[in-house]
Amino acid sequence: MRIIVCAKQVPDTNEVKIDPVKGTLIREGVPSILNPDDANALEAALTIRDQNPGSTVSVISMGPPQAMYMLRECLAMGADDAYLLSSRAFGGADTCATSTTLAAGIRKLGKFDLIIGGRQAIDGDTAQVGPQLAQRLGIPVVTYVQKIREIKDGKVIVERQLEDGFEVIEVKMPCMLTAVKELNTPRYMTIGRIEEAFTKTITVWNENDVGLRPESCGLKASPTQVMRSFTPPPKGKGEMLTGTIPEMAAALVKKLSEKHVI
Amino acid sequence: MIFSEKHQLIRKLVREFAEKEFTQELLDRLDETGEFDWEIFRKMAAAGFTGTKIPKEYGGQGSDYLSYVIMMEELARVSPVLSIYANTSNSLGGGPLLFSGTEEQLQKYLVPTAKGEKIMVFALTEPGAGSDAGSITTTAVPDGDYFILNGRKTFISGAPVADYCIVYARTDLTQKGSRGISAFIVDMKLPGVSLGKDENKMGIRGYPTCDVILEDVRVHKSDLLGELNKGFQNAMKTLDGGRLGVAAQSCGIGQACLDEAVKYAKERKQFGRRIADFQGISFMIADMAAELAAAKELTYNAAILKDQNSKDAPVACSMAKYFASEMCNRLAYKAVQIHGGYGYIKDYRVERLYRDARIMTIYEGTSQVQQMVISGSLLK
Amino acid sequence: MVNVIAEKCRGCTKCVKACPFSAITMEGKLAVIGPSCTNCGVCVDVCPFNAIEKTDEETRTVDISAYHDVWVFAEQRDGKLMGVSIELLGEGRKLANDIGCKLCAVLCGENVDHLIDELFAYGADKVYYANKPELKTYNTDAYTKTIYEAIAKYKPEIVLLGATHIGRDLGPCLAVKCGTGLTADCTKLDIDPEDKKLMQTRPAFGGNLMATIVCPRHRPQMSTVRPGVMAKPQRDDSRKGEVIMLNPVFKEGDIRTKVLEIVKSVTEHVSLTDADVIVSGGRGLGGPEGFDLLRQLAKKLGGVIGASRAAVDSGWIDHAYQVGQTGTTVKPKLYIACGISGAIQHLAGMQESGYIVAINKNENAPIFEIADYGIVGDLYKVIPAIIEELDKLEASVV
Repeated sequence: MRIIVCAKQVPDTNEVKIDPVKGTLIREGVPSILNPDDANALEAALTIRDQNPGSTVSVISMGPPQAMYMLRECLAMGADDAYLLSSRAFGGADTCATSTTLAAGIRKLGKFDLIIGGRQAIDGDTAQVGPQLAQRLGIPVVTYVQKIREIKDGKVIVERQLEDGFEVIEVKMPCMLTAVKELNTPRYMTIGRIEEAFTKTITVWNENDVGLRPESCGLKASPTQVMRSFTPPPKGKGEMLTGTIPEMAAALVKKLSEKHVI
Repeated sequence: MIFSEKHQLIRKLVREFAEKEFTQELLDRLDETGEFDWEIFRKMAAAGFTGTKIPKEYGGQGSDYLSYVIMMEELARVSPVLSIYANTSNSLGGGPLLFSGTEEQLQKYLVPTAKGEKIMVFALTEPGAGSDAGSITTTAVPDGDYFILNGRKTFISGAPVADYCIVYARTDLTQKGSRGISAFIVDMKLPGVSLGKDENKMGIRGYPTCDVILEDVRVHKSDLLGELNKGFQNAMKTLDGGRLGVAAQSCGIGQACLDEAVKYAKERKQFGRRIADFQGISFMIADMAAELAAAKELTYNAAILKDQNSKDAPVACSMAKYFASEMCNRLAYKAVQIHGGYGYIKDYRVERLYRDARIMTIYEGTSQVQQMVISGSLLK
Repeated sequence: MVNVIAEKCRGCTKCVKACPFSAITMEGKLAVIGPSCTNCGVCVDVCPFNAIEKTDEETRTVDISAYHDVWVFAEQRDGKLMGVSIELLGEGRKLANDIGCKLCAVLCGENVDHLIDELFAYGADKVYYANKPELKTYNTDAYTKTIYEAIAKYKPEIVLLGATHIGRDLGPCLAVKCGTGLTADCTKLDIDPEDKKLMQTRPAFGGNLMATIVCPRHRPQMSTVRPGVMAKPQRDDSRKGEVIMLNPVFKEGDIRTKVLEIVKSVTEHVSLTDADVIVSGGRGLGGPEGFDLLRQLAKKLGGVIGASRAAVDSGWIDHAYQVGQTGTTVKPKLYIACGISGAIQHLAGMQESGYIVAINKNENAPIFEIADYGIVGDLYKVIPAIIEELDKLEASVV
């Protein structure tokens, strides 16, 4: 089986802080990581490969040159090869343009059985690229995959997470799946595979390599644009209660009942 | 020290592994019971930690001394004792084999050791021979195709859980001192091999240590490691490489002490302010940070020299071990001091770090032995 | 496009530090904008020498004037209308009023006619209705085809969907088919008074940054909105409207996924978005038993329990209770955060609550920055004390 994994390098948004004076994002010292949902996607692909000897797992990403580091990590987890779509022309892309670019890259990779991506990235938080990519490639998509039950006779049977339960869905390959964190626990890299990862060549493609005109990618091809960005106004600190625990509890209940909250 | 992306990724792997897998429950259990944890050992082996600098063709991960040092530092930062789980196979266990083993011996013993399938330990020290390693009295007398080993080895880390043991014994009683000693690979299940009681240690509890008693143990000549009567060089070379591991462990412990001290100093308030706002404390922390940084540079540099097979490597490793191990003890002392009374209570991390740090200046060559090595290189 | 005007740039590096995407580097004393630039414009505002400019680009446009009306995807499950669709009708009404156009609902299902009147009652002027067995339960292909054909025929200028598991699946597929843009998880929608375009505000960077997005040259403008963010409109059963039947025809091979089974969670029904009071637990609970204590307090206050991602990831409680960026967004009258540090991703899910009370051992926990009332202490001591006080209050009222 040929499995393609879509991955993105993202800033670790758990570590991003706001400068309290300027109200701007502090990006220094914030590490860039493999998007967590994508790690689950890669793990799923590797597990399928382990169970189907002879299969290959390729990772593809659209990003700046620094994203190579994230692709090395994917190789060190066990991916067979990695591809980076990188060019100034791809910059400023919204999810629409991103899916166009990824689709072009995947078409260049040739025939595949399965594409697995993460449900959403922790910086954009849109969860849009997965389904959009599937639409562009003309393949069916199942999102929110929390379990892959079976792969048999060219079909995949998965559990799709709903807010209050799940659906069991059967879909024919080639198809796309997007993974949620409940799908699996991503494996660790190993020291030996890290060594190997840095000996492999990561293929880098720009818009010409994948046959995209500059107006078909990046900002120019983005229907949505950012009009302005701002840091959300902080809610503002309220009152810190003091005293012994019984005293604080009494004060809290009094204040809340005065305000008719309870 | 600027690290390549490859080494940064290795550090990331080990750090994430240690932070996730070395749970408080596990660490407390190791310290309280002193018992070896097989589950975490297997997980560490699966991530390649038991074979970091062992070549691929012998079951290892094929990385270098710098990766090894980074791994030891990151593991020790979360748990000094668990860093030893990854250390033995890379240094004291695997080392002697890599230096003097035949191809058959490497395939038979090193491959499973590197993969974490078997545990190989190092037995040089005896009740009467510590720093004066050349005065060991264990004997190995030839008898046809075998050697008969008799003697007692002491403070052997990992012996209670080991499959094999490198034993250094006297094969030529006519020669004096460090000459006439040979190295043997001894299967712990051989008749005549028995263990003393588990030592009740001050720190690094969770990696059991005990005596190894050899009574008429028959070891086949194919398990003679290296040349007859040339075993002592093998031991010294092994310890020389092992030094780097201890230096790295010490850096990890030092980092943990600094982290805890900084955290506490910012939280604890006295006299209406954070204690971090008093120079008595902040200057202590500055000193801790500076010495830790220095120790790390010494360690990383020694690792690079080792990877280059430089003739300056042995002394560099000795200096790194000497400085870093003394440093982490100073840092542990200061960290406890900054915590005040709380630093004396087992609920606080620094209490265990203080006990764990103490062995760093002692094992794998005491600070005094390192001073002998360093001065020896200058004053010959 | 954002460009540096080289002659004006003094190399002060203010833009480098301000860029949220680290897209600007210095080449000598000149700022250079790299491929990570998303055109957000923060650098333009920050440059003291006006050396960075933002220019609009000429591109092929679609005939915007042909598109009218605000559409809301009326998501139904098992013949029941999802709360978020009703909220969107309320919001849609405001947008339609600002623009001066109609509000329509798009309903897909099998024999769900009874929902049509409900949609009128909540403000829809028109309901586009597709009644087919293939649409009984949601599947991507059938719903995408049906709604895409409707959009192509009737040309709405705005389409709103709830950011549910279904909406987040359907929205992107529709956007690609329509060749238009989609903005996810909007927290605020406004109409630009000048040109009547939709301004969509949403959180990014895990909630650290808010962005206002527009879709100037493509139609329809599409947004998904989280449940519980917009206010529910008043129900007026006297309202009536127009029904327009949609007639999608499904051929063999049009629907490429098959639903084999639907399994509902056995856990108690969680309705975080409807709750007036939520007592939420995080890492500080130390274990699943902590939720028993929280349930006691929640019961006393007539509320429900919630959880932070840390508690869910530790396996102490089902993810249905998770509040936050990747969980549910809530706006209860009272939110009590117990042992929750207040990571930005959690705050993104509850900071609009009426009153926020935080209980945490660590006085520096970020949650105290947004709490109306903060108590520094051990929740296992504080909560029983609060319960005791509530008992006293009950007794005194009687």
